[in-house]
Amino acid sequence: MIDAKTVLHVARLARLRLSPDEQQVMREELSGILEHIDVIRAIDLDGVPPTTHVLAVENVLRADEPRPGLPRDEALREAAHVVDDAFGVPRMD
Amino acid sequence: MSGFEPVIGVEIHVQLSTRTKMFCGCALSFGDPPNTHTCPVCLAHPGVLPVVNAEAVRRALLIGLALGCEIAPRSIFHRKNYFYPDLPKAYQVSQFDIPICGRGEFTAIRDDGTDLVVGITRAHLEEDAAKLTHAGGRRAGAEGSVVDFNRGGTPLVEIVTEPDLRSASDAGTFLRQLRQTLLFLGVSDCSMEEGSMRADANVSIRPVGSHALGTKTELKNMNSFRFLERGIDAEIARQTQIVASGGRVRQETVHYEPETGEITPLRSKEESHAYRYFPEPDLVPVVPDPAWVDDLRHGLPELPVPMRRRMVGEMGLSAEDAEVLTGSPELAAYFMAVAGEADPKAAANWVRGELRAQLREVGEEPWESRVTPSRMAALVGLLAEGTVSVPAAKEVLAEVIATGGEPAAVVEARGLGQISDEDALRDVIADLMDANPDQAGQLRDGKEKVIGFFVGQAMKQTGGRADPKAVQRLVRAQIGGD
Ligand SMILES: [Zn+2]
Repeated sequence: MIDAKTVLHVARLARLRLSPDEQQVMREELSGILEHIDVIRAIDLDGVPPTTHVLAVENVLRADEPRPGLPRDEALREAAHVVDDAFGVPRMD
Repeated sequence: MSGFEPVIGVEIHVQLSTRTKMFCGCALSFGDPPNTHTCPVCLAHPGVLPVVNAEAVRRALLIGLALGCEIAPRSIFHRKNYFYPDLPKAYQVSQFDIPICGRGEFTAIRDDGTDLVVGITRAHLEEDAAKLTHAGGRRAGAEGSVVDFNRGGTPLVEIVTEPDLRSASDAGTFLRQLRQTLLFLGVSDCSMEEGSMRADANVSIRPVGSHALGTKTELKNMNSFRFLERGIDAEIARQTQIVASGGRVRQETVHYEPETGEITPLRSKEESHAYRYFPEPDLVPVVPDPAWVDDLRHGLPELPVPMRRRMVGEMGLSAEDAEVLTGSPELAAYFMAVAGEADPKAAANWVRGELRAQLREVGEEPWESRVTPSRMAALVGLLAEGTVSVPAAKEVLAEVIATGGEPAAVVEARGLGQISDEDALRDVIADLMDANPDQAGQLRDGKEKVIGFFVGQAMKQTGGRADPKAVQRLVRAQIGGD
């Protein structure tokens, strides 16, 4: 079982605020996932390359041809704040 | 200072000058109005799927091949997770443990002619972040920062070197010649000012003779190689002072302020190193066809460092000539074309000197001027065979620049052919001696200093067309005459 501190660390990296109850649920669920990985680790996998993709597909490439994108009004439509035709965000400097 | 040696590695980000972004068909642009090149993919709308730009893969392979990297038979993309407003997905698509280009090596030439060999750790593909502008007090009432997503998703290649560099000037030499190499490959504009090439340096020091690596700091994002060199020197000095006075260097990112020469630590982002990389499930592996990679390898242009070597070793140019003439891929191609049809040494003198000087006056570059390489070569040929004198050749060049004629035709039309007919020259000299009896007397008496006077006058009389060597000889023949 992972400890509460680890849960909070992961939550912070994911920008999640968890109530004490949610922290407990996450502790159990994350521990379950890690335990499953321990099961896989127990298998002899020498020489077996890691599976990064389940599809047997490679080289899906696109020609370098420009395609029309979004008109600016539309691009900015869902922005919380628009400042000078740009997305306004909290001060970052 | 003594007792410690610096250990330096660099990381270079290069924006590829493809037509479109890394994972969507938005056009790349620089300086266009903000947010005019965006789409659901590069704005990270839910449910969209990225598709890799084939041209970006091709350019990454070219870079890897030019740096002697091992090309991965199969490489994959990873997500690098962090939160920042310039990254709408909250992750950057990058490469992690299987980059497209692995270990390589790059050899540069130092100013003293020695080799500077730098190990390449890797070169991988990723996407650039958007442009974040800190509004601040410049605009009344602007409290926050603003994001322009035109740049977001631009294809980048990140090149990482081994910690093989031992001085700031070596780092500068490496970076300048790497930049030149990338320009010759035609993969990027490599403009430090516009940010299409950015370099960070990892700097540490250690006692001379030690093989362990000291704690390193990362010197961020300088917009010129000169400032980067100065920043590295300042950082070496700072670390040396810390260690010499019994302190410990802290691992952190630092900033060099060119104005003051000061190094300041950047506020470290808490837990910023927990990027939680994992394979990008939305992108399948890139498996370049070995035949394609071979084609690219064989199709590589001659790169500036080997070209400089060949210019010096085979063509007899000075190291300085070679450096200047490989200054840009266009100039190098132009010069090589001239040198293919004329004596390389003479071609180098003319292209470097008179041609560039005259073209500067009219604001043209050699390769876009009317002086085609074969015209330049023809002019160098006319000089070599004595058909024109140097002053006449300069005049011919000016005419070719202005009107685009063939040099031989210009010589003919303007009567600029060199007079080497000795009888004609003798007449000119005889007339000059009649007109200047005092100097003529001195010449007959063997006064060497008047030789120059008569040679100069003869050149003037003939509008620079006389063969100066013949004139010199014929004037000298008057000594002791009567
Ligand atoms: Zn897009």
